[in-house]
Amino acid sequence: MIGELLVPFEYNYMVKAMWVCALVGGMCAFLSAFLMLKGWSLMGDALAHSIVPGVAGAYLLKLPYAAGAFLTGLLAALGMAFVRQQTRLREDAVIGLVFTSFFAAGLLLVSINPTSVNVQSIVLGNILGISDEDALQVVVISVVTLAVLLLTWKDLMVVFFDESHARAIGLNPTRLKVLFFTLLSAATVAALQTVGACLVIAMVVTPGATAYLLSDRFQTLLLVATALGAATSFIGAYISFFLDGATGGVIVTLQTLIFLAAFYFAPKHGVLASRRRAASQGAGS
Amino acid sequence: MAFDASPMLRAGPERRSEDLAASLCVRGLTVTYPNGNTALRDASFELAPGTICGLVGVNGSGKSTLFKAIMGFVTPSAGEVRIAGLSTRDAQKRNVVAYVPQSEDVDWNFPVLVEDVVMMGRYGHMGFLRIPSAEDRRKVDVALERVGMTNFRKRQIGELSGGQKKRVFLARALAQEGLVILLDEPFTGVDVKTEEAIITLMRELKAQGHLMLVSTHNLGSVPDFCDQVVLVLRTVLAAGPTAETFTQANLERAFGGVLRHFRLEGSALHDDDDRRGVTVLTDDERPVVFYGRRKTSDQPLPGGKGGKP
Repeated sequence: MIGELLVPFEYNYMVKAMWVCALVGGMCAFLSAFLMLKGWSLMGDALAHSIVPGVAGAYLLKLPYAAGAFLTGLLAALGMAFVRQQTRLREDAVIGLVFTSFFAAGLLLVSINPTSVNVQSIVLGNILGISDEDALQVVVISVVTLAVLLLTWKDLMVVFFDESHARAIGLNPTRLKVLFFTLLSAATVAALQTVGACLVIAMVVTPGATAYLLSDRFQTLLLVATALGAATSFIGAYISFFLDGATGGVIVTLQTLIFLAAFYFAPKHGVLASRRRAASQGAGS
Repeated sequence: MAFDASPMLRAGPERRSEDLAASLCVRGLTVTYPNGNTALRDASFELAPGTICGLVGVNGSGKSTLFKAIMGFVTPSAGEVRIAGLSTRDAQKRNVVAYVPQSEDVDWNFPVLVEDVVMMGRYGHMGFLRIPSAEDRRKVDVALERVGMTNFRKRQIGELSGGQKKRVFLARALAQEGLVILLDEPFTGVDVKTEEAIITLMRELKAQGHLMLVSTHNLGSVPDFCDQVVLVLRTVLAAGPTAETFTQANLERAFGGVLRHFRLEGSALHDDDDRRGVTVLTDDERPVVFYGRRKTSDQPLPGGKGGKP
């Protein structure tokens, strides 16, 4: 029985997949702590879809896929800023418009050149079949992103909390926000490989949202979110071996289950705790 | 530190007073937004160290644009701002300016504790990784003590009352030890006790040489605590000592028809033939009351403690 549970560890590709997933999951979760505080969650979704044509194009031209992904991600971000500036459309309409057009272009590109890359591996991710080259790209992106985040998270926190104060202590909020979105784009490029374009949004929202229910302190929130992201991704990849299912689906399902648990049972902000408080107040008065 | 003065006596700016003085100079400032709207035109005033200056004007008069320009959020199309003789950016890099935001500009759901917010005041004094030293921790303790929030330091900021929220951000400004402190509507939504505490604190800071620029709708308390006043209406209409600047004539220019205006005199006010009259001006917060013989030269009464009209 125990032997059976250890089977995934006997395969090199599984061990690689689990560790890469954990790294990517931790990085995305770290970013999620910031993203959901600003109501920018959908930006993650938009970025993930916008990089699809870049990935497809890069495979077509035999370039590193990260380069193509960055290029179209950047184009999409600029496109959104441009349309927003030139029209009176609301932000959600602009985001929806731009990212779907990029995604459509990506799908078109893939369907015209079916040999270049499998649609399914872009949309759903394909971590179990990831090549060593791609795995290396993902690891480098993740390690660099996490390192930059560890060095700058306090400054980013001040900018996200209070831009006036950020300026007052000599920070440059615009530069830090650009840095943040660059890191977010990098993270979505990496996550594309593990969970696919459709589920990247969950990776950069759910762990942060769960941790938010569990902590009133940003430092703790970051730790909890990152640990959750890394652990669910590692375990998700492990379970997907037995289910023979899409790794991304398993990871995100796990993250959602933990969110639901926190939603009900969180000691202070959970539904049950709120009810208990309401009841004790009702009894007191 | 062997010598540990009481929190009240410990002064921030002295340490740097040799090289910098808490002055603010706005010269010919014009701010035009990208949509073509000129919010401020040719605004000028100058403030010296040890001053509490009230910034008064209707909504949309350019008060917040002036704050934004001083903080460097908008680039003026003409004119300049000098803080302690430095450009805004240099002043900010040297932690000269502290900012106390309006309550509605703060995300109260943000997961930070009271002590975390106050610690952010120290970030500019820390190294690249923002790791607090023992000195930073001590200054946070002192700042919390000074605003009476020590017992609330482990609370999430959204759990506080309006007055307590204000105190937290004041404590952050104290911890930052900014020579020049900008306060955006500090009295909105606070209780009378907090208002008095804030005014007492500002007077202490003034005595230590700080300069405070306070935007307020609370006309009645302006003569109480401001020794200088700047009146804005798309430019600086008038600036100077409160007694000379905060006059009925100037207020009427600054507020136009926006203020509620009552005047009582003659038999409605006095039983004898006293010719003095009472004028009440209010923008629906605390009123300012003038008492005297002539409508335009009456002196504002201190206090204005009449509560909301």
